[in-house]
Amino acid sequence: MSSEVMGEASLSIIGVLLLCLLFVMGVAIARLRNLFAIVILSGIYSLVCAAWYILVDAVDVGFTEAAVGAGMSTVVLLGAILLTSRTAKPERRLARLGPFAVCVAAGALLIYATADLPAVGDAGSPANAGVGLTYLKINWADTGVPNVVTSVLASYRGFDTLGETVVVFIAGLAVVLLLGFGERALGETLRKRKKEDETP
Amino acid sequence: MWDIILERGSYWAIIGVMMIGLYIAFSAENLIKRLVGLSMFQTTICLFYVQLSNVANATAPILLPDDMPKGAYGAERVADLAHAYSNPLPHVLMLTAIVVGVATLSLGLALIVRINEAYATIEADEIRASDVEVQLAEDADAARTGGEVVI
Repeated sequence: MSSEVMGEASLSIIGVLLLCLLFVMGVAIARLRNLFAIVILSGIYSLVCAAWYILVDAVDVGFTEAAVGAGMSTVVLLGAILLTSRTAKPERRLARLGPFAVCVAAGALLIYATADLPAVGDAGSPANAGVGLTYLKINWADTGVPNVVTSVLASYRGFDTLGETVVVFIAGLAVVLLLGFGERALGETLRKRKKEDETP
Repeated sequence: MWDIILERGSYWAIIGVMMIGLYIAFSAENLIKRLVGLSMFQTTICLFYVQLSNVANATAPILLPDDMPKGAYGAERVADLAHAYSNPLPHVLMLTAIVVGVATLSLGLALIVRINEAYATIEADEIRASDVEVQLAEDADAARTGGEVVI
């Protein structure tokens, strides 16, 4: 075995180990009842995802996952548990059996289907030999930007990104419409009115 | 045996994480926990796409100096590459998916906050019980005044 092949094999083993870490965190989230612990664990989960993305050469995705997944969504979830409740009710044991059976069956089917997938790291697979390779080849002459992900995102598929921005805008607008522009919650308004009625 | 694990092990691990996310989304009665499971499930889809885009012995899709010849602008458009790079297209798609995922997560959480204001609970079964109770009360009211009874 040459050192390059050894290096590649050890990298893929580290990748599988990181994914196993994600699995363990998923099991912990499934068993926990403290919502604060669940939210913090999901932030750590995103951070490990980001490390894994860097490992498999997706540096831009890793950067976005660390900023948006680990940072932004953790903050949003923390805000939500601040406004609602801190602990989840214990679940009924029997009610878990159905979902568990469905997930085991679906997982077994998906693993059976991986036999038809191209091997990990196959450069000649249909996904990697098609339009992605063309982007890599024409990128420098077309745009002059070294980072191909950037040029595909903003130049070749700029309309996709525009659509994404529209989706994010609509989601933000919907959140504002649901939560209101700084007006009080219903319960708080009622309590305040009651208080005003009581004081002459 | 060792070859098979190296070739497919990542896929299996990703599918395992995917099923855990799906299980949390299915089994959790707490709505916030359910959303956390849903976003885990969504992240694993991104993991799967990025794993497919990975090329062995390649580097991140940022061109090395050998592949950026001076004065190439206006020269031959399709250039041969001196180095192997991973496929950039799934990376772009997953960037979009991550950002949209956080946007939809925020929307779901805003809905949960409103549900909590209206029902004073975020447990799915308690919300259902409360709905049934309200409907029964409305039906009793309708039976007395001669209106339409639903249940």
